[in-house]
Amino acid sequence: MHPENWIKTDEKGLYCRALNAYIDPMQPVEHAIITHAHADHARAGHTHVYATAATLDIMRVRYGEDHAQNTHALAYEETINLHAGQLTLYPAGHILGSAQVLIEYKGQRLVHTGDFKRQSDPTCAPFVPVPCDVFVTEATFGLPVFQHPSIEDETQKLLASLVRLPESCHVVGVYALGKCQRLLIALRQLGYHKPVYIHGALVNLCALYEEHGIPLGELIEVASLTDLSILKGQIVLAPPSALSDRWSRKLPNVMTAMASGWMQIRARSKQKRAELPLIISDHSDWQDLITTIKQVNPKEVWVTHGREQALVHQAKQMGYKAKALNLVGYGDGDEDINSEAPSAKLSKSESKQKTQRV
Amino acid sequence: MKAFADLVNNLYFLNSNNAKSELLLEYLATAPSPDRGWAIGAIAGTLHFEFFKRKTVKDIIVERVDPALFALSYDYVGEMSETVAHLWSTTADAEAFAKQTALGVPSLDEVVTQFTHLPKPSIKPYLVSLLDIMTPTQRWALLKLGTRGLRIGVSARFMKKILAQHGAKHNPSITVEDVERVWHGVQPPYNDLLAWLEGKADMPDISNKLTFQPVMLAHPIDEAALARISHEEWQAEWKFDGIRAQLVSNHTGTALFSRTGDDISASFPDLVSSVEAAKLEGRFDGELVALYPSVSSAPTGDAPQNYAHIASFNQLQKRLNKKKPTKALMQSIPVGLIIYDALQIKHEDLREQALSIRSAKIAKLFTKDQKIAGEERGTCLNLFPSEKLLFSNPDDLTALKVRASALSNGYIEGIMIKRKDTAYVAGRPKGQWYKLKRDPKVIDAVIMYAQRGHGKRSSFYSDFTFGCWQDDVLLPIGKAYSGFTDEELKKLDTWVRRNTLARFGPVKEVKKELVFEVAFDAVAPSNRHKSKVALRFPRIHRIRWDKSAAEADQLSTLIDMIE
Repeated sequence: MHPENWIKTDEKGLYCRALNAYIDPMQPVEHAIITHAHADHARAGHTHVYATAATLDIMRVRYGEDHAQNTHALAYEETINLHAGQLTLYPAGHILGSAQVLIEYKGQRLVHTGDFKRQSDPTCAPFVPVPCDVFVTEATFGLPVFQHPSIEDETQKLLASLVRLPESCHVVGVYALGKCQRLLIALRQLGYHKPVYIHGALVNLCALYEEHGIPLGELIEVASLTDLSILKGQIVLAPPSALSDRWSRKLPNVMTAMASGWMQIRARSKQKRAELPLIISDHSDWQDLITTIKQVNPKEVWVTHGREQALVHQAKQMGYKAKALNLVGYGDGDEDINSEAPSAKLSKSESKQKTQRV
Repeated sequence: MKAFADLVNNLYFLNSNNAKSELLLEYLATAPSPDRGWAIGAIAGTLHFEFFKRKTVKDIIVERVDPALFALSYDYVGEMSETVAHLWSTTADAEAFAKQTALGVPSLDEVVTQFTHLPKPSIKPYLVSLLDIMTPTQRWALLKLGTRGLRIGVSARFMKKILAQHGAKHNPSITVEDVERVWHGVQPPYNDLLAWLEGKADMPDISNKLTFQPVMLAHPIDEAALARISHEEWQAEWKFDGIRAQLVSNHTGTALFSRTGDDISASFPDLVSSVEAAKLEGRFDGELVALYPSVSSAPTGDAPQNYAHIASFNQLQKRLNKKKPTKALMQSIPVGLIIYDALQIKHEDLREQALSIRSAKIAKLFTKDQKIAGEERGTCLNLFPSEKLLFSNPDDLTALKVRASALSNGYIEGIMIKRKDTAYVAGRPKGQWYKLKRDPKVIDAVIMYAQRGHGKRSSFYSDFTFGCWQDDVLLPIGKAYSGFTDEELKKLDTWVRRNTLARFGPVKEVKKELVFEVAFDAVAPSNRHKSKVALRFPRIHRIRWDKSAAEADQLSTLIDMIE
């Protein structure tokens, strides 16, 4: 049966009748499949949550043990029966624990990518193209103007600026989940082994990444310092909102950098007041979106959110049937909209011991 | 070109003026001439020619990229040069690019020289050949430079300060005022200016040129400052709603400049030639206004002005930007200059003198000159000294402002309050000139269409078309882009995305549910719009999340406001 007949969208999000479950719903539901733990995709309050173990770990750190009544951890490529269909998760390469969702029902295969990228990222398993009939993709950077440079080149810009301005404290705006850890590893790989100073909102998630076997090097929380003047010539990572906040005003001689795929657009960098824009994205750029569609080679392409018009147009030009699902409610892609908000929750759950996975 | 692109790219992103200064000074010290002279001109906005048309840029990109994808990209990025700079990368493969870019990007001087000397048919291929070998940042800089759209947060005034600092390294006595004095008499690539600044030549001689001098500007007045105003130390005048202009006349000729220094003489040959014929010499600061045609017979001279002959800004607009006005247009909409101040009369530089002395000299000169012009030559100069308003205390000033608000055909914008003992200083010095603007008019309108903004607001829905009711139909009455905070902008953007009814290219039609309180300066009849009205300077005063569309104003309310 064509997936059109068992997939619908409503104000809660994308609903699959075959599995009786929503994918990344915006409101609490009975059954929720969560592609990854960014706050606009992973919300608290569902009855059943199906996700990778890493995603569930992050949700626990952010929302507490009781974020859902029942959690079901799935390994990548492990297939389970759910309601009338089958569910399998595949790596999406977006952040730690991120997954694509394969749904099989009555001889049809539908893949929902969640957010994904093709660039290499040591903090998560690489994206796997999964053959399917209907390919449901994001299009956060779905315009040909988006061509993400390599993370090495962009990180090098930061290191070059540190050499040019040795007296400036380089404060880099990073989303707490994913971007922060990926940038840290890129710095280490380029031979930067000095301590990196971090805002309190990043502490728990960095610790969690380390528990998952991803070493980030020496990190020092800014709040633990008594003398902030030692931050001259150092790298400080902070959530984007802290850049324009009182918090960053107490730092010495600040050079404001921002790591995000949006930094490619000048006006966006200005809007964030980034003096040193670093184009580091955890999404696919235009070319990677097209390459992925070619590799997967589905019968149809559906686009969930982002610059859907352009990608739908392009997919049609390439000979695919294509349509936009017009899902509203996801943040503008590269931002983890609540990355700072749950900080109170974070410090509370810090004391909590991590419990066994489901 | 490489160093120039890096410079403007870095300047674009920097927020701190100190950091910008450092960067510019380093560039001036290291870049060769004439490259740096062209760069100064590009940044200060004094390159008065285009290398190529925006249309050429658009043409070459849609020849290479799917037009639909170009349109969507442009709509999203909100800026042509940047869109093309990025899209160009999709037109060549990386290897070919690497091979070509190794050939080297030409110097800024070569680029400028080529574009100014190449025959027209060669412009396009040359542009293409440059874009092919450039990085996205270099392409952006070239396209901005070539279309005179380089805006990187460095004003001409800032550039002059940098030049003075650069000069001070060689001659500590050089100040920004020195640079200001010669600035409008020198041209890019500024070889003579730089030679003087670096102690290799004398100050450029500009005495034989008709040049502009930067004008003095006012600050808005606050309650506290207003309470301190006394009639002994201050004078008050109407603030007219035309355009600020500088009239310069000497033995070499007569010219009219806008407040930014653009020569607008060609648009107003009637005014310029009458001044020239009257052999009036000096430099005057005033407001250019449209007049009713009957003015040539209006009494001038000693009688106090009542300004009833001044037409609305709407009329003036018909004359602005008309490079060659027809005789009929000049007869139906004559123009005049209200004289606010004099920087120079005959050969006497008055800038260091007190305002009260300058005002007295103006009064004397114009009574006499107008009579000469009017009686002996049988022409009218259309120059009117600005009348001093009588007041004895701050309350009188407020009352005058209220009177200005009531004069709603829009020729008076408020009042100016100036210290009598002040010199004429370029720029916006503190505590010397104040403006007290009349209260805006407001109306409740419903938003109908939204479009993404440009520049700082790119990718946000920030340009709104709104309308008022005529019976059960909403008719658009205007567009506004400003008046809300960044927070409100985000909220509006979300609202638009959630309430879209239809798309017409970049324009989104939205549900007719949200009410704006729109402020504006005046309303005039117009044939351009279905609603038959046009608002002067509409801006969003408040967003009325609390009001329903049905509560918005009727069009007839607006029509009643036309005088």
